[in-house]
Amino acid sequence: MKILVCISSVPDTTSKISFTDSETVFNKAGLQFIIGPYDDYALARAVELKEQSGGTVTVLNVGTVETEPQIRKALAIGADDAIRVDAEPTDSYFVAEQIANIAKEGNYDLIMMGRETTDYNSGVVHGIVGEMLGIPSFSPVMELNIDGNQAKMTREIEGGKEKLEASLPLVLGCQEPIAEWKIPNMRGIMTARTKPLNVVAPSGDSLTSISAYSMPPAKGACKMIPAEDAGSLINLLRTEAKVL
Amino acid sequence: MATIAEKASISGGEFLIKETEASQIFIPEEFNEEQQMIADTCRDFLRTEVWPILDEIDYAKSPELISSLMDKAGELGLLGTAVPEEYGGFGMNFNTSMLVAEVLGNGHSFSVAQSAHTGIGTLPIVYYGNEEQKQKYLPKLSSGEWKAAYCLTEPDSGSDANSGKTKAELTADGKFYKINGQKMWITNGGFADLFIVFAKIDDDKNLTCFIVEKTFGGITMNEPEKKMGIKGSDTRQIFFNDCMVPAENMLSDRQNGFKIAVNILNIGRIKLGIAAVGGSKGIVNHATNYANERKQFGISIGRFGAIKHKLAEMATRIWVSESACYRAGQNIDDLIDVLKAEGLSDENAKLKALEQFAIECAILKVHGSEVLDYAADEGVQVYGGMGFSADAPMDRAYRDSRINRIFEGTNEINRLLIVDMMLKRAMKGELDLMGPATAVAKEIMSIPDFGALDNDTAFAAEKKVLQNLKKAALMIAGAAVQKFMMKLSHEQEILMNVADMIIEIYAAESALLRLEKLVGIRGKEAVSLQNDMVQVYLQEAVAKCNNAGREAIMSFAEGDELRVMLMGLKRFTKIEPMNTKDARRRIADAMLAEGKYIF
Ligand SMILES: Cc1cc2nc3c(=O)[nH]c(=O)nc-3n(C[C@H](O)[C@H](O)[C@H](O)COP(=O)(O)OP(=O)(O)OC[C@H]3O[C@@H](n4cnc5c(N)ncnc54)[C@H](O)[C@@H]3O)c2cc1C
Repeated sequence: MKILVCISSVPDTTSKISFTDSETVFNKAGLQFIIGPYDDYALARAVELKEQSGGTVTVLNVGTVETEPQIRKALAIGADDAIRVDAEPTDSYFVAEQIANIAKEGNYDLIMMGRETTDYNSGVVHGIVGEMLGIPSFSPVMELNIDGNQAKMTREIEGGKEKLEASLPLVLGCQEPIAEWKIPNMRGIMTARTKPLNVVAPSGDSLTSISAYSMPPAKGACKMIPAEDAGSLINLLRTEAKVL
Repeated sequence: MATIAEKASISGGEFLIKETEASQIFIPEEFNEEQQMIADTCRDFLRTEVWPILDEIDYAKSPELISSLMDKAGELGLLGTAVPEEYGGFGMNFNTSMLVAEVLGNGHSFSVAQSAHTGIGTLPIVYYGNEEQKQKYLPKLSSGEWKAAYCLTEPDSGSDANSGKTKAELTADGKFYKINGQKMWITNGGFADLFIVFAKIDDDKNLTCFIVEKTFGGITMNEPEKKMGIKGSDTRQIFFNDCMVPAENMLSDRQNGFKIAVNILNIGRIKLGIAAVGGSKGIVNHATNYANERKQFGISIGRFGAIKHKLAEMATRIWVSESACYRAGQNIDDLIDVLKAEGLSDENAKLKALEQFAIECAILKVHGSEVLDYAADEGVQVYGGMGFSADAPMDRAYRDSRINRIFEGTNEINRLLIVDMMLKRAMKGELDLMGPATAVAKEIMSIPDFGALDNDTAFAAEKKVLQNLKKAALMIAGAAVQKFMMKLSHEQEILMNVADMIIEIYAAESALLRLEKLVGIRGKEAVSLQNDMVQVYLQEAVAKCNNAGREAIMSFAEGDELRVMLMGLKRFTKIEPMNTKDARRRIADAMLAEGKYIF
C-alpha cells in the first residue's frame, strides 16, 4: 500500500501570536514550529498501517525551506521519503492543488492528513483534494482499518459516530484517537537524514493575499451573577453583551 | 572552522591562567536540528510518560513502575546514547549526551533512575570492559532489557570511597570470586539485573570492580529506603553473601576499581551539573507562570519587584551554569577527537579526555546542584503557601533537588577536589600556576596598573574583571600554599574559599564567552537580555569572590601581609557599578511576557 501523508508546519500550540508591519505580517520570530497536531495523528496511523501490512509512507508538505525540520521529524517518525512543494501555503485551494498534483503522479492508495491545520483551521483541504482527484474524501476520521481494498472507518458526526466502509483510493482528514502520537526514537532520528527529501516547484498561483490580521478582543473580566438574580443576567445580556 | 587541534588548545584547569576566545567555545544555541530533535524526543517522553504520573512514581512504592518507564525509554533509544553503535547504542558525542541529560533532568525520580542506569551503571563497562564483556552486556543495557546499579557506597564508606570492607575471594579452583559485604544507598537496587560492585580482593589496598548479574545468587536486599525526596527512585541496602562471580567478570585489572570509580564519577558530575540545569528550567517555568496567574493586592505577583528579582536571578544562574556545562562538554568532545586522531581507542580517548577535565566536572557539579537548590528554594517562595502544598509542583522540586549536593561526591568533597587537582597538576608541571601566582604576588607590591582598556576588544571591561578575579584566586592560593605547604589539606575552610572563587570564575567566564559569541551570531540588540544576565552575574561573582577571598586571607595572613593582600584583593575585585535592579526587571519582564524561561 502506498500512503501519502500531508503535513503542515504550524506554530506550537502554546505560542504567543503577534503581527508586524502594521498588522499585515505574521511574526514568526522566536516561535517554535511543529507538525500540525492533527497531521501528526494521520502520520502516526499511516506508519502503523505500514508496520502492519507493508508498503510505503511518503510525507508531503507545501512550504518553504523553513519547514524542513518538521519534514525530517516526520521521516524520523517513520515515513520513507518526503516531498516538499517549495511555496508558501497561502490558502486551502492552493495547497490542495499542490497535493492533488503530487497525488496524481504517485498513485497513492490513501491520502491522509489532519482534519484541519491549527493555524488557520480551515479544514477543507481534504475535501478539495478529493474533488480534484475525483475520489471520495472523509473527515474527521477517528478510526481506520484497512482490509484488502476496503477501508473501515469511524467518523465523528454531530452528536455521535458513524461507521463507514469505502474502497481505496481515498482522501482522509484525521483526528484522535485514530492513533497515538509517535515520538521519534533515536534510531529514527539518525536515519532521517539518509531518507530522500525531494523539493519540487509549485504549480499554479495562489489565489489569496493577506491584507491584514487582527487579534480577537481580549477576554473581559468575569462577572458573577447569583443564580436567584436571573433578571439582571438577562438585562446584562441585552444591554452590555448585546447578544439578546 | 577551527581545526580540532586549535579547538583543543586548552587543558583542564587551564582557564584559571589562560584566556579563551569566544569562538573556541560551544554554546547550546549551536545545537543542530538532529540534536534538537533528540531533545524534543526526551521532552515528549517526559510529557507523555513521566509527568502525568509523578505522584504515582513517588508514592506507589512500586519499583516496577520506574522499571517499566525505563523499558519505554529504552524503546526510544534514550538509554543508549553514550554506548557505541557496535554494542547496540547510538555512539553520540559527549555534548549530545549532555543535552539528553539536561532535558531528562526535569524528570524527578525517573531522572535519577535513568542517569544511574546510563551513567554509573553502564559506563564502567563501556570504558573498562573487555570485548567479551561489552558484547555480552552493553546491548542489553542500552536497550533497557537489563537495568543496572552501581554499588560503591557502604555503611562505613561514603565519601571515603576506597575504604570499603566488601571482600572478594578467589575460589580454590580459580574460577570464581566469592563476594561478601554490605552496600548502601544503591540506586535502582530493587530492580537491577546487573550490579557494578566494588570490593577488595584479600588485603588489597585498592578496590577491584566486578560485573555481577543478579542471577549469580547470594544477593539480598532491604526494603527501599524512606527518603526526603526522589521518593520514587528505588534506593536499597544490598547484601552480598557468598555471591559467586565468575573470574572473567572482573572489570579491568585487580585494584583498578578505585580509579574506575573516580573516573566514572567524573562523568557523573558533569552530567549531574547539566541535569540540574534541566531541573532548574522546569522550576523557573512553573514559577514564571505562577507569578503571572497569582494575584494579590489586585495585581499579578509577577509585577512585584521582589518576585521579579527572584525570577531574574533564577534565570541568570541557570543560563550561566548551562553556558559552563556545554563549554566543558565541548572541550571534552574536542580532546576525544584529538586523542583518537593520535591513535587512542575510543574508550581510552574518552577516559583521558574526561580525566583531563575533571576539575571542570567537579566545578559544574557544585555549581549546577547549588543553582538547582537556589531555584527550588525561591520557586517555593514564589508560590507562597502553595509552594508548601504537596498538590503544587514546588513541593516535589524542593525535596528532589536536595540530593544533588550529596551524591556523586558531596559538594564539600568536590570543592576540595577542585583545589586539590589544580595544585597537584601544578606540582606535576602540567599546569603553570606558579608563574602567574608569583607575578601576582609581585604585582600587589607595585603601583596599580591604571592602563586604559583596549577598546578594540569586545567586552574588554568584563574581561578585565575576570582577569583580575583570576589574579585574586592565584594570589590567595599561592600565599596559602607557601604558608601551609603540605599541611594545606588541613585548612579546609581556606580550600573551600578558594574553590568558591574558582567556581565563580569559571561560571562567569563561560557566560561571558557565550554572550560574546551570541553577539557575533545575532547582533547586540537581539541578545540584550543575555547581556543583562551576564552583567548581573559578574557583579555577583565579584562580590562572592571578594567575600570568599577576604575570609581566606583573614584566616591565615597577619600584619603587613594581611594588609597587602586585602589591598590586592580590593584591587582585583573591582567592577564598574551598574543598576542590577533594572537589569533584573528587564529579564523578569521578558520572561513574564512569555510565561516561561526564554533563554
Ligand atoms: C538517594 C541516594 C542515592 C545514592 N545512590 C548511590 C548509588 O547508586 N551508588 C553508590 O555507590 N552510592 C550511592 N549513594 C551514596 C552517596 O554517594 C553517598 O551518600 C555520598 O558519597 C556521601 O557519603 P556518606 O553518605 O557516607 O556521607 P559522609 O561521607 O559520611 O559525609 C557526611 C558529611 O561529611 C562531609 N565529609 C566527608 N568527608 C569529608 C572530608 N574528607 N572533608 C570534608 N568533609 C567531609 C561530607 O561532605 C558530608 O557533609 C546514594 C546516596 C543517596 C542519599
